[in-house]
Amino acid sequence: MNRSGMDKFKENLKNIRASFAASLLRTKRPISGRSRAAVMLNNFFLHIQGVRTNINTLRPSYTFGLGLVSLFLLFFTTISGILLMIYYSPSTGEAYNTVKDITYVVFAGSLMRNVHKWAGEGMIIFVMLHMARVFYTGSYSRPREFNWLVGIMLLILTFVLNLSGYMLPWDQLSYWALVIVSNIIQSSKELTDALGITPYFDIGGMAKEFFLGGTVPGKATLIRVYFLHIMLLPILLFIFLGVHFWRIRKDGGLSRPAGSAEKSVFSWPDLLRAETAVFMLCLAGVLVYSFYVDAPLREMANPLIPENPAKAPWYFLGLQEMVSYSAFMGGIVAPGLAILGLALIPYLDREDGHAGIWFSGRQGKITALQSMFAGAAVLAGLLAFVIRFGWFRNWWPDVPQILIIMVNPAGIWVAFVALWSLRVIKKTGSTRMGAIALFTMFLVGYVMLTYVGTELRGPNWEFYWLKSQWPMH
Amino acid sequence: MDDKTGDKEGITRRGFLGMASLWAVILSSLTLLAGIFRMSKADVYYEKSRRFKIGRPENFPVGTVKKLDDKRVFIFSDNDGLYAVSSVCTHLGCIVNAVDWGFQCPCHGSKFNRDGRVISGPAPRNLPWFKISRHVDGSLVVDAGREIRTGTKFRV
Repeated sequence: MNRSGMDKFKENLKNIRASFAASLLRTKRPISGRSRAAVMLNNFFLHIQGVRTNINTLRPSYTFGLGLVSLFLLFFTTISGILLMIYYSPSTGEAYNTVKDITYVVFAGSLMRNVHKWAGEGMIIFVMLHMARVFYTGSYSRPREFNWLVGIMLLILTFVLNLSGYMLPWDQLSYWALVIVSNIIQSSKELTDALGITPYFDIGGMAKEFFLGGTVPGKATLIRVYFLHIMLLPILLFIFLGVHFWRIRKDGGLSRPAGSAEKSVFSWPDLLRAETAVFMLCLAGVLVYSFYVDAPLREMANPLIPENPAKAPWYFLGLQEMVSYSAFMGGIVAPGLAILGLALIPYLDREDGHAGIWFSGRQGKITALQSMFAGAAVLAGLLAFVIRFGWFRNWWPDVPQILIIMVNPAGIWVAFVALWSLRVIKKTGSTRMGAIALFTMFLVGYVMLTYVGTELRGPNWEFYWLKSQWPMH
Repeated sequence: MDDKTGDKEGITRRGFLGMASLWAVILSSLTLLAGIFRMSKADVYYEKSRRFKIGRPENFPVGTVKKLDDKRVFIFSDNDGLYAVSSVCTHLGCIVNAVDWGFQCPCHGSKFNRDGRVISGPAPRNLPWFKISRHVDGSLVVDAGREIRTGTKFRV
């Protein structure tokens, strides 16, 4: 009896690989149709995806993998962020030194910080590109309206997470971005001041104090921003992400042209192979970029000496450009209206039959191109006029502020976009075309204003074609 | 359990109690939320006092222009007296620089004249002037928490 017991033991030892794999995957090797279905259904991580995938979903020219890229970048920021937390300390005295330690003393610390930074900023680009893909393929239409809203929440969270991360190193960039952002938060004071009700109802000041944990940026602020960055915002992001993926499944997978062949393949292996390929490309891209390009770190924060020019991070420079005309209009009303406009698109354009076709065909392409050129021309003209001739305050120094709040370049741009979109709806008789005009001009505005704020604004926020023309000081 | 309230005027007892308990849940949740928000505002800030001494008047002879960096204020002295002008731009809070024609903000290009009035740029209002008073020990005290009308100078 002893001998056969040893035999069993040896046999089990020999089969350990197969039996472990079976226990892990809860199924046999996925080689038959049945077992391929089973492996997707039975695995916690895989069951989020369908057993079968429509072939349209796997067409690289349909999705470009943009949503996946955003997801993988999020993975990289999460992992590198957890590693950075080993050293980082969120106190005004220590923060800068610990970031310096991470950069110069810790093994691979600089690389991890770069990965964290560039994957995070990459998310902004790829989430926006993903949004553009979803929009131009008409994928927000019924039944996917709500997932479009979830997507907009994810976009906002991506922006706020990036911004809060920007403040943590507590260097000059962090500090002065923090000053600017806290004052944008406060900017409804501009309106209450103009109406003369600030002493009774200072909502801007209250919001600023809530954010800063005081009246000036300091210890309390850094802890607050850190808490937002590593706790509150990531939790919200992952919750919304879960809803986003769940809705993709519930809404019937990715959008595809109506009446297209309902041909599908098993997700294992075709979908997983495609996803793995995107993952490897992403990882390679982030690592190579992070190896060559370092995340900036300036001198330690000094509340007495502002940077000149003091700039917010690049993804907010479009906002800063608008803010340079009126803080309230450019910092709160215009972006608020932009987000509201984006959010309402699937509810104001209820046309069916556009899903899955890029630009909804020829007319959409023409509308998009026209809107792009018209928007670029009007915005460039508007900016050129303001840069050359100034605005009300330069002509009539005593003009009441309320007039500037009501009439300023940011407001004019928003009004133009709205009117142009309405005109397109009227002319084409299609709300989808109006939506294309609106969204295209949103993208044009974001890109152009960001470019002007980043590249063309120098010391004292004055206009320069090239950075090499900035005066020395 | 019949819900045939449609043909009856008013509201049933069951319906009333149901709505009352629903609103109790909503109101108590909102109160809780208000408490959570209130918690984020401490009763005391460990910040520097906004009232500070700047020394005796003799240190500020006529013609003085002094920038007190850490207090974020300029002290001027002319024939009419002393005055304190904030150095924090009213637009987005950058520190303005004194130039020969007034003040210039490095962040978004706001310009102010020598009295701190906005000349150009996005700043929504003038640079505030602060109250100056005299302490019993003879030194001057600036209260950066109290704005006064532009042009009000402290006669020594």
